[in-house]
Amino acid sequence: MTFVSSTSPGQGRGRILNWFKWAIEPYIYLSPAILLIALVMLVPLVIGTSYAFQAISLLNPFESGWVGFANFEKLLADRFFWKALGNTFWWTLGSLFFQFFLGLGLALLLNKPFRGRGIVQGLVFLPWAVPAFLSGLNWAWLYNPIIGPIPHWLTALGLMSEPSNILADPNLAMIGPITANVWFGIPFFAITLLAALQSIPKDLYEAAAIDGASAWQSFIKITIPFLAPTIAITVMLRTIWIANFADLIYIMTGGGPANSTHIISSYIFTTAFRRLDFGYASTLAVALLLLLLAYALIILQMRKRLIKGF
Amino acid sequence: MTHSNPTRSVLRYAAIGLYVAFALFPLYWLLKIAITPDKLIYTTGTAFLPSAFTLDNFVSVIFLTDFLVYFKNSLLVSGGTAIFTTLVATSAGYAFSRFSFRGKAIIIAAMLITQMFPLLMIIAPIYKIMAGLKLLDSLWGLIIVYTAFNVPFATFLMQSFFDGIPKDLEDAAMIDGCTRFQALRKVVFPLTLPGLAATLGFIFTAAWSELLFALMLINSNDKMTFPVGLKTFVSKFAVDWGQMMAAGTLALIPSCLFFILIQRFLVKGLTAGAVKG
Repeated sequence: MTFVSSTSPGQGRGRILNWFKWAIEPYIYLSPAILLIALVMLVPLVIGTSYAFQAISLLNPFESGWVGFANFEKLLADRFFWKALGNTFWWTLGSLFFQFFLGLGLALLLNKPFRGRGIVQGLVFLPWAVPAFLSGLNWAWLYNPIIGPIPHWLTALGLMSEPSNILADPNLAMIGPITANVWFGIPFFAITLLAALQSIPKDLYEAAAIDGASAWQSFIKITIPFLAPTIAITVMLRTIWIANFADLIYIMTGGGPANSTHIISSYIFTTAFRRLDFGYASTLAVALLLLLLAYALIILQMRKRLIKGF
Repeated sequence: MTHSNPTRSVLRYAAIGLYVAFALFPLYWLLKIAITPDKLIYTTGTAFLPSAFTLDNFVSVIFLTDFLVYFKNSLLVSGGTAIFTTLVATSAGYAFSRFSFRGKAIIIAAMLITQMFPLLMIIAPIYKIMAGLKLLDSLWGLIIVYTAFNVPFATFLMQSFFDGIPKDLEDAAMIDGCTRFQALRKVVFPLTLPGLAATLGFIFTAAWSELLFALMLINSNDKMTFPVGLKTFVSKFAVDWGQMMAAGTLALIPSCLFFILIQRFLVKGLTAGAVKG
């Protein structure tokens, strides 16, 4: 083949065919995906960012236009924004903490064979299949003193003087969506951590047992180091996901009572959906994006340090 | 590994029992209120066991409310989204798995970005764009938006399924005179069927659960999907507990069916992924 002169027609066609094969063909397969993602996600992302610098309120159509950083000044002075920022922190931390540790516990329990493990696994993973809006409604009902048992249990335990709905108490309402989120999110961590646990070579434990290591020592020296990469990735992705997750709060409290349970994402949704103030909603969204970016950068930096440390 | 110590195994079973109880109790309660007759809810509503049994709530939800309309809309939207997403993602996943080409890294990066930013960021622009295209309050509008949201994840999923199929199989078919597309259709496609089924199911359940964009983009009652319909129902008839919970129980059926089908493969699939990469 190499002896054929490059000007021969066959070779030329071959080159065009080759060029087609390597440069154009993949794009034929990709074009529907690229078009959709560009038109429905990336272009609106750019437009949405530009909304943050405009006054766009469907309720005041005549007062629209570019306003520079006015929306951001409004944001810094907005007491509900700061409240929502604090709530976002507690919501994310509280949900993540319980989801992770309860999920890890479940994964460790399921990692050892026992009779009926298949059925147990199916049952405990079931909340993951429940649509988010339904888990929200379900837990709101459980907390309702008329039809739910939880207020009555709390009263019986002496934690409540009479059965009342914690979702109506500005100081306690946040507990409601967090419980629903923990219930709904344990299976995710259990599934990913169980998968990671099952990929740890069994001989390591056998060797450790022969060398006289206790169960606790094998856990610290073998299990944790093997799980660490999975934990780092899942915790980071989950943090971002939970911080963005407005459904449960919108369903269970609608941000109330008295705006006490809004997190930034549910506040964005209410601003866009109820007040139709698209400009300010986009400003809030840009603020949330910047916070999440900062968080991701810090985590990645820490990870780099840790890796260098070894 | 550890010696079977009776106290320890009792503790283990107790812990497992607690997890099962915590996972199932809310669902049990949903069903319990749904089958309790309405007039008893206020007297025995918080008792642990149902005091009587009735299917009236299910009957009235199905025949006296717009439940069937919401259910049909949700089936259309979730089914349409699942089919379109899987088609688009299969073709894109194939390209990622089998070709290396200029711009690949950029496209992958763009797809990853769509997974990172808060989707609520684009709720306002999407509303305006859909209004301009006359796709507000239309099931097609929802299908298009949901398809785009799900394509990146589904593409990476399909890519991993394609990566698991040896390339030699297609090469052999192409040497035997198949075009690439024929090789794809006759050799690769049958092998990816389990992957396709999983992707379809994932996307279906994701679309079935979506609430916020549906609330924003749909406003007439006959176009509402299930989450929107149930939310409206709850805010309007906040005292029809039995009916609301009956509707909730029915809404669980499609996702739970799918979940029971795939849950055995869930951990296995993830284990395979973890070992590989």
